Amino acid sequence: MQKTAAKSFPIERIRADFPILQTEMNGKPLVFLDSAASSQKPQQVLDTIEQYYEHDNANVHRGVYALSQRATDAFEAARKTMAAYINAPDEHEVIWVRGCTEGINLVASTYGQRFKTGDEIIVSHMEHHSNIVPWQMLCERTGAVLKVIPVLDNGELDMTAYKELLSERTVFVSVVHVSNALGTVNPVVEICNMAHEVGASVLIDGAQATPHGKVDVQAIGCDFYTFSGHKMCGPTGQGILWGKRALLESMPPYHGGGEMIDKVSFEGTTYNVIPFKFEAGTPNMAGAIGLAAAADYMTSLDLDSIEQYEADLLAYATAEMSKIEGLRVIGTASEKHSVLSFLVGDMHPYDLGTLLDKQGVAVRTGHHCCQPLMERFGIPGTVRASFAFYNTTEDVDRLVSATTRAVKMLS
Amino acid sequence: MTIAERQAEIIDEFEMFDDWMDKYEHIIELGKDLPLIDSAFKDEEHKIRGCQSQVWLHAAPEGEKLRFTADSDAIITKGLISLMVRVLDDQPATEIAKTELGFIEKIGLHEHLSPTRSNGLRSMVKQMKLYGIAQAAQQNAQANG
Ligand SMILES: Cc1ncc(COP(=O)(O)O)c(C=O)c1O
Repeated sequence: MQKTAAKSFPIERIRADFPILQTEMNGKPLVFLDSAASSQKPQQVLDTIEQYYEHDNANVHRGVYALSQRATDAFEAARKTMAAYINAPDEHEVIWVRGCTEGINLVASTYGQRFKTGDEIIVSHMEHHSNIVPWQMLCERTGAVLKVIPVLDNGELDMTAYKELLSERTVFVSVVHVSNALGTVNPVVEICNMAHEVGASVLIDGAQATPHGKVDVQAIGCDFYTFSGHKMCGPTGQGILWGKRALLESMPPYHGGGEMIDKVSFEGTTYNVIPFKFEAGTPNMAGAIGLAAAADYMTSLDLDSIEQYEADLLAYATAEMSKIEGLRVIGTASEKHSVLSFLVGDMHPYDLGTLLDKQGVAVRTGHHCCQPLMERFGIPGTVRASFAFYNTTEDVDRLVSATTRAVKMLS
Repeated sequence: MTIAERQAEIIDEFEMFDDWMDKYEHIIELGKDLPLIDSAFKDEEHKIRGCQSQVWLHAAPEGEKLRFTADSDAIITKGLISLMVRVLDDQPATEIAKTELGFIEKIGLHEHLSPTRSNGLRSMVKQMKLYGIAQAAQQNAQANG
């Protein structure tokens, strides 16, 4: 591994922040290589959540009393923190959602209401099921048609084909920023520019981007950006949907209930302004505050350093794993983030994953919620090792030796 | 041997292994040795869909008994299948219908039956019992009819 970034990166101190990394699994120190599914949480985030319930808990935006005001202030400060995390120009454009899945469903259900028969929505062949199914459901309701950008053998998007798919019929493009199954970093700026040329709006699924480096929604130029907090050291059940103000204001509400209204009467109800229009019911206050603490934690480590450290780690892992005979990496895009998907010979991912688990190495096996992509590669699934900034070269070495042993047993 | 005796035999057999590696090596061997299912039955109709691995199961009555053959695309799943087949194959349908397969837990492989594994094994065990129940019901109907 190139020791440039690694040397100055305070990995020892960072690992000490994560209580779960001290766990033993099957008698061995846990090697956690499944952060793409859900990351671990540092003590700082856990403390913030506990603090909130111990000292600040009350419903937000409702009470006249001091405690409710304090909870509301913390909740809205968290929104501001998250706006800054993705460089959103206006914190009112930041909507709390349960996660990436809900963010996509919200846009499909509300913005999507304007689509008509024959309108075309473009997704890619490498999408997570959560960026496929909501659009299929929308197509069923509206008569719009789903078009799919093909994926090249190396796991990159076929941008020539994308260009050909775009037309005046295209109303929407929804593409993943970083692939959870392959690690490919997609050229999102170009994707947005090309879509805008034909007048289509763009949503970027940032679930695998926000945990690994700086994201700037203004520089990307997208219209919507959504991600899950639990993949970036935050608590489960909380994520963000960001959208451009004019678009959000033009959209009908998603869920109905308290908080999202301006005035309710049986003659007719008027809706609150953004972001509250999209936040019906009591929000996940501890989740919001916990997620902001996660963003603060990652920012304090410097997101550029995180990105560099992880890039070095992935390069090291790819080089070392490639030495195993018969191992092939699935997804060899020129730009990748923190994911190493692989197969060995004709060994089944389930077998490899089981034997890795027995050796205390936690990886994910299967289709990674990307069945169309696995079909595209003609494979039942992969073994996926995914890295976070709290992983080390020792973790990689354990992965290599455990895989070597598993391969020997299965040969 | 009865179902209970066969289970006891497997538990005995696995007591030799005190380390996970030997145990899995044995399972992998069993998987390799599992007689192949007739390829005609390796179709959609006999497939038990798992998220992680696939299982194919075929059952055929032979008198009062049921004969099972099975296969999987993953070798560890296949090894575990071979144990299930060894216990339930060629047993009376009435016994299969009411059996409890405790041996998997006793030999420390219960994790493979957990729903999170979604390897098809859990559904396979259920399916084997359903075949037993259906066959037993039919025999019962014939006896009474
Ligand atoms: C690329 C991508 N999109 C969407 C999702 C869905 O995220 P969540 O389940 O947190 O809503 C995931 C999570 O696995 C993902 O990796």
